[in-house]
Formats: sequence, structure tokens, C-alpha cells
Amino acid sequence: MKIVVAVKQVPARDSQLRLAADGRWIDDSELSFEINEPDAYALEEALQLKEKKGGEVIVLCAGPARAATSIREALAKGADRAIHIEEDKLESVDTLGVARLLAKAIEAEKPDLVLTGLQSDDLGYGQTGVVLGELLGLPHATIVMQVELDEAEVRVKRELEGGWFQYVTMPLPAVLTIQSGINKLRYATLMGIKKAKSKPVQNLSIAQLGGLPVPVAERTRVYLPERSKQTELIPGEPREAAAKLVEKLRFEARVI
Amino acid sequence: MVSIAPALPKTRGGAFLLEDRRPDEIFTPEDFTEEHHAVAKATDEFWTEEIAPNLDAIQHQEPGVAARILRKSAELGLTAVVVPERYGGMEMDLVSAMIVAEGVARDGSYAAWHGAHSGIGTLPLLLFGTEEQKQKYLTKLCSGEMIGAYCLTEAHAGSDALAARCRADLSEDGASYVLNGQKMWITNAGAADLFTVFAKIGGEQFSAFLVERSWPGVTIGAEEKKMGIKGSSTCAVYFDNVRVPAENLLGEIGRGHIIAFNILNYGRLKLGPFAAGGAKQVLAESLKYARERVAFGHPIADFGLIRHKLAEMAIRLFAAESMIYRVAGLIEAHLGGAGWNQPDAAQRELKAVEEFAAECSYVKIFASEMLDYVADEGVQIHGGYGYHQDYLVERAYRDSRINRIFEGTNEINRMLATGLLLKRAQRGQLPLVEAVKRLQSEILSGSSINGSADDAALVSNAKKAALLVLGAAYQRFLTDLAEQQEILAGITDISMNAFAAESVLLRARKANSELALKMASVFVREVMELIETTARTLLAACSEGDNLRLNLAVLRRFTRFEPVNAIELRRQIAIRLLATGRYAVA
Repeated sequence: MKIVVAVKQVPARDSQLRLAADGRWIDDSELSFEINEPDAYALEEALQLKEKKGGEVIVLCAGPARAATSIREALAKGADRAIHIEEDKLESVDTLGVARLLAKAIEAEKPDLVLTGLQSDDLGYGQTGVVLGELLGLPHATIVMQVELDEAEVRVKRELEGGWFQYVTMPLPAVLTIQSGINKLRYATLMGIKKAKSKPVQNLSIAQLGGLPVPVAERTRVYLPERSKQTELIPGEPREAAAKLVEKLRFEARVI
Repeated sequence: MVSIAPALPKTRGGAFLLEDRRPDEIFTPEDFTEEHHAVAKATDEFWTEEIAPNLDAIQHQEPGVAARILRKSAELGLTAVVVPERYGGMEMDLVSAMIVAEGVARDGSYAAWHGAHSGIGTLPLLLFGTEEQKQKYLTKLCSGEMIGAYCLTEAHAGSDALAARCRADLSEDGASYVLNGQKMWITNAGAADLFTVFAKIGGEQFSAFLVERSWPGVTIGAEEKKMGIKGSSTCAVYFDNVRVPAENLLGEIGRGHIIAFNILNYGRLKLGPFAAGGAKQVLAESLKYARERVAFGHPIADFGLIRHKLAEMAIRLFAAESMIYRVAGLIEAHLGGAGWNQPDAAQRELKAVEEFAAECSYVKIFASEMLDYVADEGVQIHGGYGYHQDYLVERAYRDSRINRIFEGTNEINRMLATGLLLKRAQRGQLPLVEAVKRLQSEILSGSSINGSADDAALVSNAKKAALLVLGAAYQRFLTDLAEQQEILAGITDISMNAFAAESVLLRARKANSELALKMASVFVREVMELIETTARTLLAACSEGDNLRLNLAVLRRFTRFEPVNAIELRRQIAIRLLATGRYAVA
């Protein structure tokens, strides 16, 4: 079983974000970075599948030079080797472009399974995995909660809305986008960190993958949520007003 | 492990007083390798996921919680960082061990668990154990199967550890020792499986033994009711006719003091990252509180006096951190990348740490007093809430206090550090006398006395002030100087602060960040004022009449400096810290 896990390096969750001067993205000059959370669960799922079925886990990451830290971390946790598509200008590439780069790198590996997080913590489009499946011409499933592998097929549990789940069986190879929290993440051990140093990391340049893709979608502006406040007085008898309040809290504000 | 050693010059202990260094010649956190950063991150995750959620349980000594976490950390390799792989250790460098210590020490109680096990509980065996002892016990300490503790102190033997009354007598058949006596303040005693116990064979030969908890005659006392680190286990341990197999003698008969003193050197250095870890936690809490707490219609972070505190906390933390990693680098450089494969590896390790024993004492003193300062101001920033047990700073304040007491009181360390330098000089290992003479002739010719405009000149003058006082003290007291506690301690204060100032300045120049350079600018001048006051007191005790007047005139020139606008600089430092919400130097 050969599994490729596509991971993204994103700003750490407790970061204090500031907008970049051009207003099109955040200023990342003073941030610390980590593996995108759903991707970390995808990696853990891959490692557990490898422990059950044997095989190889390959970490794939497109990002600038600093992403090497996250790649080493994935190797320290148990991935066998890594592919780093090293490029500083990925901010200008859209989802389709990134997925094209990833797909090129994956095609060469001919994996049995491709895992990635269901979305990224920074952009949160939730598209990369799906587009990847399309580009690779492979079946895919999103928001995956559980993975059961058989010889030639995989059965997954998908999270739907309102507490509903869907079970899907599909042939391998396949692309799955993994939901956070579906397994228990392991720690990087100090021995793992030591061993990670000698694991192979293949650096691919954009040129090797056919050049920087031309974006079809463009991000024009990023802004902080605008605060608004509304006050509404509910008139009438206390009993009726309370009932009305509960109704509003439940169906309009949706907080109870 | 890629060694950091080749990049650094190999120097001698105390040589910092005599030689100037460049930024690239000392090790600082800016030199961390990718692996060091990965170790820091792994430790940070362990703190966040395993330790932080259990702090209350640890604090209230809920049975088994701390020991369970400690065992789990052992599985990740966090308790056996420097131990060779063949015993189940990670065989990483000293810097990695310091990084791990900082990461798990954010709580004083848990720091004690970690330190007692991985430091004083493991190192004696690693450095003095036979191959059989290491196979039998060290492997289990590394895996977490056994928890370690170290039994040196007794009710009547604290700082004077060699006055121990605990005794061991060889049985008639020579197969075992019979151990009798009691030990006090034993950290981890409540859960430890293996004790390194110091006792006098035949009541005379001070030696160490490996004693298992399960053996008949070993009894653990009740948990002591302490001022702080209440979540650590501290008990008396009693030995009543305990039969210790002869092969469990650790090291040589009558050479227990070699073990005890060497392990203390390590402990003093390790106390540095423990204090730094705790201080980072308090500073982060204080930054957060200062931003959130509103008074007179403003967050208190807007106020000058609060900013002063926050900046000063960060500056002293920066200084301690700079010293800690510099000393770790000194030791690594002295080892020169030698690994554990050589037969004399343990001897080399010991020699390298012993070489810098004075610097280890500086780290111990400076870091423990830094943490006291940071915790105290942390409480002050929190106001009334800082006095309430619901707030982290209240606990940190109480937890901090023990650091000035254990691993050798700061008073013992102050005497020790200068005493060591003097001994080195007498043995011809450190050309201190020559340096003092050179300085004196420079003074007479007037050449060495330059007005000091920049920070580097100040640091250089700080060292000269130390040499000036050393020279005067030696001339006045000669060999009796070793008995002059106040003088020795004062000289340590001057030398330690000169070392701190140099470490800070070199690191700031390496980091080349505005924040670090501002911190250095403020700190170096603070130190000069402190040195001047201390030196004046000492000179008045060591010289009189014209001699005193000459000495004071020279001192004034060494310590003269143009002040910077420290008030404005501290404000800027605080604003920067508040903007990021955490202690970061870049």
C-alpha cells in the first residue's frame, strides 16, 4: 500500500493576524507556521493504515522553503519520505493551479491512496482534494470520518449535515479528504526527529512540473469581519416576551 | 546529531574575563539547528497536550498523575535526551536537553519531577555507573519503567553535604552493604523506584549506592508541606538495615563527593532552562492580563509603569537565556564533538562541565533571581488578582522561591564561583594574576582608561572592573580571601554580571533585531550601575587611604557611561512584546 499525503503549511492557530499592505493576503513575515490541522489528521490516518497494511507513506507539500520544517515534522512522526514542491510564489496560484502541481507530482508515484485534509486552516476553500481527484481521474470522497481498506477497494464514512453519515465504497486508487479529529494524533518522538534527518526529501521545482500555472481565479481583497450590533426590544408581557426571545435565539440567532 | 561544537572556539572556564569574543564565537538560540527547533516543537506539544491540562491535578498531588505524565514523556524520549542510544536514550546534544528542560519547566512542580528524574536521578548512573549497572538500571530509567531520585541532603547536612551521617557497612561475607540513616527533601521520593544514595562506608568513606525502593528497610516519609512546588513529591527517605548488593556501589569507594559535586554542576546549569521556562510562562500571562485589564478607561498595558515591568521582565529573561545557551555552547565546544563511543566519554563529559563550573553557578544564580523578579512583577501587574490562587502568577511566585535554595544555595554558589576562579589561577590554569598585573600597569600608564561610548566598550570595562576588584582583594587578603564570604560573593556579582552583559550584547548583535539591541542597550547600562555600586563597597573593604582613592578613581572611569533614554527604550520594548503577545526576540 503506497499512500501519498498532501499537507499544507499554514500560520499557527494562535497567530495574531495582520493584513498585508496590498490588502490581498495576510502579512506572514512574523508568523510561526504549522501543518494544517486536517492534514495532520490525514497524515495520522495514513500512518495508521500503514501500520495495519504495511507499505509506504509519502508526504507531499507545495510551499516555500520554510515548509521544509513541516515536512521534517511529518517525517519525524513516521512518514517514509517526502516530496517538496518548493516555490515562493504560490500565493498567486489558485486552487486549480496548486492541485495541478500536486497532481503532477502524484502521477509519478502511482499511489494506491491519496489523503489530504478536507480544507486548509488559512484559506479554507475545501477544494484542493476534490480538484485533485478530478485531475487524477480518480474517485474521491470528502469529509471522511473513517477509512476501511480492502484489497482493491476502500469503504469510507462521510460526515453529512445534521448528524447524518454516508457510507461509500469505491475502488482504489482513490482520493480522500479527511475531517479533523477522526483519530488521535501522535507526538513526534525525539528518536523520530533524529531519524527524520536521514529520510529522503525530493525537491521539485515549478519548472520540473511545467511552470507556474496561470490562475483562473484571483483573490482581490482580504478584510477583517466587520462588526455590527443590533438591539431589539421585545415588548409585551414577560411570559410572551420570553417565549418570543427563545424563538429568536433558536431560529434567528441559532445559539440555543 | 550534527554537533554545534566545530563552529565554536574551545575556551577555558573563567577565560571570558580575560578575552573578548565576537558574536559568532558564542552559541545562542539564534544558532539552533532545524533539529533543535523540532525538539522544541515536540516538547511544546507535549506541554500543551499532556502537562497543561493536568496542572491542577499535579498541583494537588492527585495520585499517579505526575508520574504517569513523566513516564509518557519518557516514551517520547524527553527524559533521556543526552543518554546514548544503546541504553535507550536519544544521544542528542546538551543544547537539546536544555530546550526540553525549558519546554517542560513552565510549571515549577512538574519541572521538579522532570529534573529529579532526568537530571540528578539519571546522570550519576550515566556518568559513574558500570556497564552492568547501566544495562540493569539506566535502560529502565530511560524507558520510564523506573523513576529516579537522588538522596544527598540530610537533616543536619545541607550545604555541607559531606557532613552526612548516613552510613553503609560491608557485610561479613563482603557481598553487600548494610545501609542505615535518613535523607531529607528527596524530590520524587513519593514515586521513585531507584534512589542514588550517599552514605559513608564505615562512617568515613563518602560513597554512593543504587538503592531500589522495593528493598526491605526502605521507607518513604510523608509528603512535606512546602511553600511552593506543591505538586512535586518531597519526602524524607529512611534506610533501616537495608541490604545493598556490593555491585550496587556507584563509582569508587570514598569518592562519592566527586559524584555529588559533578552532578551539582549539571544541576546548576539545568536550573537555568527551568527558570527560563517558568519565566516565559509568567511573562506571557502578564502580557495577556495587561492587555485585557482596564483601569481608568485604558488597558493597563498603556501605562508607563506597567510597560516598565514588562520590558524589564523580558530583558532579564533575555539575559538569562543568553547565558544559558552560551554556557551550553562552551561545554559542547570543549567536548569538541566527541561522542559516547570513546571509552572515556563519561570522563570527558565530566571534565567539560567541570571546566565551566563557575559559569554554571552564574547561570544558577542569575536565572533563579531572574525568575524571582519576573514572578514578583507578574503578581504586581495582576494586582489583587495576582494574590489569588486562581491565577497562575500566584503559584509561580511561590514556586520560584525554592530555586535560590536548591542545587546549592545562591550564597554557596556565589562563594564557589569566585573561589573556583582563584583556585584555577593558583594552579596556573587561568592567567588571572597576569591579567590583573597587566591591568594595573595599564592603569598606571593611563592607557586602558577610555571613556566608553558604545556597548562593547562598556562590557570590556565591566570585566576590567572585575579584575580591578579581584586584584585589590587578593592583595589585601592573600590566601585568606577564601574565607571572606562577602568579598567572594561581591566579586561573583561583578563577574557574573559582566558575563551576562557580554552574553546579551553578543547575542543581540548576532540576532541583529531592533528589539534585542534595545534590550542590550538597557541591560548593559543597568549592569554597569550595579557593578559600580558593588565594586565601590568591595574596594572600600580591600584598600584604604591613597590606594583606595586611586582604585575608586579608576573604577569611576571604567563605569562611566553616557546614559541612553532607558525609559523610552523600555516603553518601546514593551509595546513590541504586547503587539506579539509573547516573548520573542526577533
